[in-house]
Amino acid sequence: MQVETPHAKTLVLDVPDWPGHLPGQHVDVRLTAEDGYQSERSYSIASAPGTTDLELTVERIDDGEVSPWLTEEAQPGDQFELRGPVGGYFVWDASLEGPVLLVAGGSGLVPLMAILRHHENTGSGADLRLLLSARMLEDVLYRSELERYRDVVHLTLTREQPPPEWNGWSRRIDADMLRDVGPGADQHPHVYVCGPTPFVEEAARLLVELGHLPAAVHTERFGPSGG
Amino acid sequence: MPPISRGFRGRRQTEVDPSRLPPGQYATNDFPVLSAGPTPHTPLDEWSFTLGGAVGEAKSWTWEEFVAMPSEVVTRDIHCVTKWSKFDTEWRGVPVDRLLEGTEPWGKYMVAWCDGGYTTNLPLADVVDGKAWVAYEYAGEPLDPEHGGPARLLVPHLYFWKSAKWVRGINLAEQDEPGFWESYGYHNYGDPWKEQRYWSD
Repeated sequence: MQVETPHAKTLVLDVPDWPGHLPGQHVDVRLTAEDGYQSERSYSIASAPGTTDLELTVERIDDGEVSPWLTEEAQPGDQFELRGPVGGYFVWDASLEGPVLLVAGGSGLVPLMAILRHHENTGSGADLRLLLSARMLEDVLYRSELERYRDVVHLTLTREQPPPEWNGWSRRIDADMLRDVGPGADQHPHVYVCGPTPFVEEAARLLVELGHLPAAVHTERFGPSGG
Repeated sequence: MPPISRGFRGRRQTEVDPSRLPPGQYATNDFPVLSAGPTPHTPLDEWSFTLGGAVGEAKSWTWEEFVAMPSEVVTRDIHCVTKWSKFDTEWRGVPVDRLLEGTEPWGKYMVAWCDGGYTTNLPLADVVDGKAWVAYEYAGEPLDPEHGGPARLLVPHLYFWKSAKWVRGINLAEQDEPGFWESYGYHNYGDPWKEQRYWSD
């Protein structure tokens, strides 16, 4: 278990016979109570393919059912069922040609982090940029790791100023910001947008307005009931 | 036997009628949004709906013609493959039966195609006899683009990805061809009561 932010932890899982995954995919987690009662939710995979452990980063939803157990109760050695990997569309593979633009809102960073890590691990030469929107610096997942990629990571904070060492803004995502981050639509990047529904709706709308082909804009949305 | 997750009790939804909740689902009052790409915004004066394929001569309706057809208001439970279910959702739409009136389809399958390039496949038997609609109102209001407006397919007895958003036409086919999500790991049929979520189910 690794504490990422006041609301999120990364669980490092030892999964027997894990078949491997592509960056961007998720898993279904099923918890079983002593009396047989079960509950299932989906969580994005944070780790890159090819690593021995499977990592899930889980944000606690206060009135959720599964995330409070995963973030507050679970201890090393505990067991639960896991199914996957799931989802074959919101994925990036190092064999894909062309630049990559990742746009994350809050904990929507998780599947995009798997892409960033895979890009790094494979030594991909693809031009990759990440724009992360968060409320405050303390909400930013993987902060120290992201600092190592500061050349390609852009941070916008909606409730405070980002520290001066970051490429950053203090406002909601807009067209100028996406233009500054690049790569532009004329470079035909593969675009991946993940975050809460209003964020994804707005980011995808702006990207299409800027000339990106709708078919190149992959989206993954989650709402408060994702818990 | 599944492993017990030590200390897990869950938040049991005692107010939920278990006979209405398919396996692995939980009830929500929200209406979460899930789509693979940007939300398309087709102006109504450019919108049309086309019935084609193995059905003889294609039929097409403008938006005005479409909403002028006799419609039905139906209240149904819906079940998303991402595990939420929402009870008693109210829709207005044109029954697919009505669109098929006067045709003699010879294909046993259909594909719904949509703005944004999304498709989904269904057996024809699952959209006739009062089982499916092309819906354009939700809870008495025009259907929000996020939720598939101006119109979406409504096939409430299957997982909700089969209720394709932004639907623009139905093509009947003699062969069953997987649609968009069905090509990316999701079940070809998608019966929530049999928990047919993924290819291996």
